[in-house]
Amino acid sequence: MVRWQKKAVAAVAAVALAAALAACSSSGGKQKEQSSSGSGGNVADTPRMKVALITHSGPGDTFWDIVRRGAEAAAKKDNIELQYSADPDGAAQANLVQTAIDSKVDGIAVTLNKPDAVIPNVKKAIAAGIPVTILNGGLDRWKTTGALGYFGQDERIAGQATGEKLKQLGAKKVICVIHEQGNVSLEARCQGIKDKFGNVENVNVNGTDQPGTQATLTSKLQADKTADYVVALNAGIALTAVQAVKDAGSSAKVASFDMSKEMVKAVQDGTVQFAVDQQPYLQGYLAIDAIWLYKTNGDTIGGGDATLTGPAFIDKSNIAAVQKYAEAGTR
Amino acid sequence: MASTITSPASADDRVSARSLGARLLSRPEIGSLVGAAVILVFFLIAAPPFRNIDNTGTILYQAALIGVMAVPVSLLMIGGEFDLSAGVAVTTSGLTAGIFSYQFSMNVWVGVLVALVFSLAIGAFNGWLLMRTGLPSFLVTLGTFFILQGLNIAVTRITSGAVASNSISDMDGFGAAKAIFASEFKLGGITVKIIIVWWIVFVAIAAWVLLKTQIGNWIFAAGGDAAAARAVGVPVKKVKIGLFMAVGFFAWFTGMQLLFNSNGVVQSGEGVGKEFLYIIAAVVGGCLLTGGYGSVVGAAVGALIFGMVQLGVVYAGWNPDWFKAFLGAMLLLATIVNLVVKKRAEAR
Repeated sequence: MVRWQKKAVAAVAAVALAAALAACSSSGGKQKEQSSSGSGGNVADTPRMKVALITHSGPGDTFWDIVRRGAEAAAKKDNIELQYSADPDGAAQANLVQTAIDSKVDGIAVTLNKPDAVIPNVKKAIAAGIPVTILNGGLDRWKTTGALGYFGQDERIAGQATGEKLKQLGAKKVICVIHEQGNVSLEARCQGIKDKFGNVENVNVNGTDQPGTQATLTSKLQADKTADYVVALNAGIALTAVQAVKDAGSSAKVASFDMSKEMVKAVQDGTVQFAVDQQPYLQGYLAIDAIWLYKTNGDTIGGGDATLTGPAFIDKSNIAAVQKYAEAGTR
Repeated sequence: MASTITSPASADDRVSARSLGARLLSRPEIGSLVGAAVILVFFLIAAPPFRNIDNTGTILYQAALIGVMAVPVSLLMIGGEFDLSAGVAVTTSGLTAGIFSYQFSMNVWVGVLVALVFSLAIGAFNGWLLMRTGLPSFLVTLGTFFILQGLNIAVTRITSGAVASNSISDMDGFGAAKAIFASEFKLGGITVKIIIVWWIVFVAIAAWVLLKTQIGNWIFAAGGDAAAARAVGVPVKKVKIGLFMAVGFFAWFTGMQLLFNSNGVVQSGEGVGKEFLYIIAAVVGGCLLTGGYGSVVGAAVGALIFGMVQLGVVYAGWNPDWFKAFLGAMLLLATIVNLVVKKRAEAR
């Protein structure tokens, strides 16, 4: 390199550094993040245990991340080593339960959204003397397994409550967006809305494909001018639906199941009317804590019935209280 | 002098016998065997539950779920084609048997046979369309993939009003069918799922067909150079259609396993993305994307590697977020090893 080139490089580097320093954001970003949520306090003095949490989550799902945080918080407090694993495929999830049995864990928390595939191995675990709790899905089947308890939402009841609320709000026609074909819980939600509300049309989209979802909903709203409410079944899809409503020039309003950080803002500024929260943090937390209580004190929760974690409606009236926790990624 | 048969002169140097080592190294499955050994040792060290012999059954089962389909997929790839509809075709077959039996209140076996015919028909359709149009198999089977994915969900919804087929577990013939497709037995503390046994049988038969019969030669020839093969009298069209039908047959078998293993219910949305796992198993096992080279045994080892990694990550108690990254890196590594070994072997 000749001298003037060196000088030029040095000058450019200096300018870039200065620009980078000047470009620090005064708001948002990592600096605003709170230190890890949940109980940072003491750890139980009970013996160390290993508990497996096995879900049907696909990779990179916000909802399941919150469930996992709740489980981690309970595990930390109860001196439990948590082993998380997940597979959206029924047979593969069943095999993960078998893997947990093989690993001789002290307890298993598992979702039963693919009940027919997973239940045989859940029974196997219980036969092997491993206490099992069920979370999130499988409400109508969990009792047959002999599990300790169920922590989740009755999706049909949550759907019915939503249908009631839509009626109060004076909706005329609802589009219910199913983002994961083959998921019984989502079907039950739409069915519940239909029970109480009647005029519901289900639309199937691929939840892992955001642009595709947006386009599908846009065309649906363009084609059907009578639809005045879109109910999405998770927060991400709801925010996509908001976009689709804009694109279609429709006057339809959007409601959502489940929360996220972005959902808080959307409820605050009124682009989403309300969200039906099933408190995923609580599901993960209770499913693990119930195993600990059973192992250390022989307790069971729920008196043989499901312990419902929802539905809780979040709208403009109570959003302020939820905001803090949603930003920490626990609601 | 009637018998003046002289011993053959010194062998022609063009067909000289190669050393055993060189012959071993030129086998397509050698790279995957080395990889499997490395991964096995790795997880034996990293994951304590992996050392427990009783857990072999779980790992083999995970491998068999991919491995059974990797058999026809590897044959198809050696024949120079591949099938993107293989993953959803499994679900289609399971659904067909379940829905048919339930809707017509037939003995379960009738549904099983109808599903077999339907799966073979899908394979035949893929092969026929491919040979008829001359389109790449990528495009033809991509179309089939979407059609089947849609059919799975739409037909299930029409018939059962939900997204899973109605349970057929209380119908005639269910017990017998379950015994054949999805039972399990104990073997010295190891729980062996019957599909593992079938998998081994299928691999043995397919390897024999590929290496010891005329059909095997035809498959290699059709995949290596279809025009040249046709010129020397290989029925290329029949071979390729037959290979797609083989995929159909195994998709039927795996579909039946799916149906009878989960209480006679099949979730209609499953199977998407599985086709790539079958292809990965075949490629790790030494099959080339260009056809004409590969091995059934290698594909079985590829499936075994897949099963070991998938469950090894869980047994080791690592965060499963990493699994896919691990899988991709392993795939690249395996294919590079295959390439290097192949080049070395050819250079000798």
